[in-house]
Amino acid sequence: MMLLRYAIYRFATMLLTLLVVSALIFLIINLPPGDYLSNQIAELRASGQDAGVAKAEFLRHEYALDRPLWEQYMIWVGFMPGPNGFSGLIHGNFGWSFEFDRPVAEIVGESLWLTVLVNLAAVLFVYLVALPLGVLAAARSKTWVDYTSAFVGYLGLATPNFLLALILFYYGHKYFNLPIGGLMDPRFEGQPMTSDKAWSILVHLIVPTFVIGTSGAAAMMQRLRANLLDELGKPYVETAIAKGMSPRRMLTKYPLRMAFNPFVADIGNLLPSMVSGSVLVSVVLGLQTIGPTLLTALKTQDQFLSGFVLMFVALLTLVGTMVSDVLLVLLDPRIRYEGRET
Amino acid sequence: MSRLPDGRYVDDAPYDPQTSIQQIERRDLDAPNWLLVWRKFRRHKLGLISGLFLLLSYLMLPFAGFIAPYTPNQRMSEHLYAPPQSIKLWHEGKFVGPYVYRTTSEPDMETFQWKFVPDTSRPIPLKFFCKGDSYHLAGLFPSETHLFCAQEGATVFLWGSDRLGRDVFSRILYGAQLSLTVGLIGITVSFLLGIGFGSIAGYFGGKIDWVINRVIEILRSLPELPLWLALSAAVPSNWGPVSVFFIISVILGILDWPGLARSVRAKFLSLREEEYVRAAEMMGASSGRVIRKHLLPNFMSHLIASATLSIPAMILGETALSFLGLGLRAPAVSWGVMLNDAQNLASIEIYPWTAIPMLPIIVVVLAFNFLGDGLRDSLDPYDS
Repeated sequence: MMLLRYAIYRFATMLLTLLVVSALIFLIINLPPGDYLSNQIAELRASGQDAGVAKAEFLRHEYALDRPLWEQYMIWVGFMPGPNGFSGLIHGNFGWSFEFDRPVAEIVGESLWLTVLVNLAAVLFVYLVALPLGVLAAARSKTWVDYTSAFVGYLGLATPNFLLALILFYYGHKYFNLPIGGLMDPRFEGQPMTSDKAWSILVHLIVPTFVIGTSGAAAMMQRLRANLLDELGKPYVETAIAKGMSPRRMLTKYPLRMAFNPFVADIGNLLPSMVSGSVLVSVVLGLQTIGPTLLTALKTQDQFLSGFVLMFVALLTLVGTMVSDVLLVLLDPRIRYEGRET
Repeated sequence: MSRLPDGRYVDDAPYDPQTSIQQIERRDLDAPNWLLVWRKFRRHKLGLISGLFLLLSYLMLPFAGFIAPYTPNQRMSEHLYAPPQSIKLWHEGKFVGPYVYRTTSEPDMETFQWKFVPDTSRPIPLKFFCKGDSYHLAGLFPSETHLFCAQEGATVFLWGSDRLGRDVFSRILYGAQLSLTVGLIGITVSFLLGIGFGSIAGYFGGKIDWVINRVIEILRSLPELPLWLALSAAVPSNWGPVSVFFIISVILGILDWPGLARSVRAKFLSLREEEYVRAAEMMGASSGRVIRKHLLPNFMSHLIASATLSIPAMILGETALSFLGLGLRAPAVSWGVMLNDAQNLASIEIYPWTAIPMLPIIVVVLAFNFLGDGLRDSLDPYDS
């Protein structure tokens, strides 16, 4: 019951955060002077095409771009009726993309799921790599295993993601015949899901997952190692060894459990950087996630499109963090349910 | 020294049990904090080397124009995508000093690329302290002297040339000026904001604390890169390179402060209950004075260490932004701008040297990480 109450509390704070974030995002995308349509109108006027001007003016009114900023925001989110009544983000209307001349929902469509997929795969990768390596580095601290993993970890932290992506793609293709670019074979695009398509996506996921996950895995590994080393210095470990417990069993039974909590809690730090990384890597590798869409939208001031993509990315991180917080409470009964530290 | 009848030697000076202890410990007890930190840091070899390397790199910045054989935007239209040239010392068993071969470009009609054929019969020695293109030393003094350059008709591309025939080595040196200072400016902004908000939240507590804490949480839970992208897309495209550079570093700093503010706040929460703080308040010190004179110096060193650890993130951030074309733009030279050329697989495969700017990035980021680790370890001089 307490858990349920905590989950509801956490969900409510998430919604509140999302509201603040939406205002922030709306402000940021409206920072550049002018908007897509007023730029277009100026351009059309300059070239003397008055027919287009009328259409753009109509669109400007239709999407309430001629109103004050705060009203635009309220209409965008859906708290205030626009020219066509209530239709904002909370009503499932994501807006219109001026650049592509199509509804935003249609443009992002499938790429939303692929974005979630890529990020999920990367998080899984981080855990699968960081857990064994971190434990190994702590258990064999100050040996070559420790030093090698620390060195590889540092390299992973220091190499810019996008370069790693390019280089891995090149060598992956050269030596392992991995596919280049995209998230699936072009012939599967827009097709319904089949086992062939799933396999194609899986093979295409290998390099991006590795690239996005590396820096996160390196950081996670170092933290797990530090936590575990702290635990290993405690008296109860000495007692266990003195009793004659085998090192492996001792390690997995006590200290690992203790070191595991921060591991789960850390997803709050991990996720924002992973999503960042996935946006960048998607642009470089041409993955069909929302990363490239975001870049074009930002460059052309296509405000509803960029606003929606930013909102989605923020939502993804916030939901991930919320899930990890609730999971943490499930895992560790000592954690207080109510609020935070006072 | 006197000799006892049984053959042992004994010191004549009267024995004082205090002196021996004091002599050993006096030095440590009296030493100022920075000296203790330095003594401990000196033993951290990796950190020390990294620190020296970074110091040299930053000292090099004003003299980039002098060390570089070319200016960053000087184009050699005869040498597009020229591969790196090596500097040799011996020619056919005879020592001639550092020299290069003259290369001529020929079109390869099969691959449709330029092929560069070195003329190995004649070594062309490098000139030192020679006249070349004019540049401004430290951005102020006009000068034409370069440390080394090739003779008329020959070229010296240590790390090859790029798409427009510009020398990659020279551009890396010039690029360092922007890429390395971006982190410093960014960290200054983040420092001011972080310490400001963190100390206000931690010292005053209550409602202000709650508000600042929520802001920190919200900013920390957002992915940085999309926000960076959005903010830098808002930079008007008609601004000059210098103002774009400043605004980019400020943007990097604006999104970095929450982490710092959080640790400052935590420290303040625990420190504000100390007796000396209460004493200062009772004597009528204003809260600003208590914060600045009594609280901040307590953990300034820790803040510096954590700042060292967050500079690399900013350097990488600038690189990523410029790489995507939303950061610094063409006439400006930074490592990210240079990597923009290496954006596709073709250039990695055919012209791998255009990706060389990644080496200084990796080295500098690693150095900052090691230096930060070393500083952090040595900041508690009493903790062995």
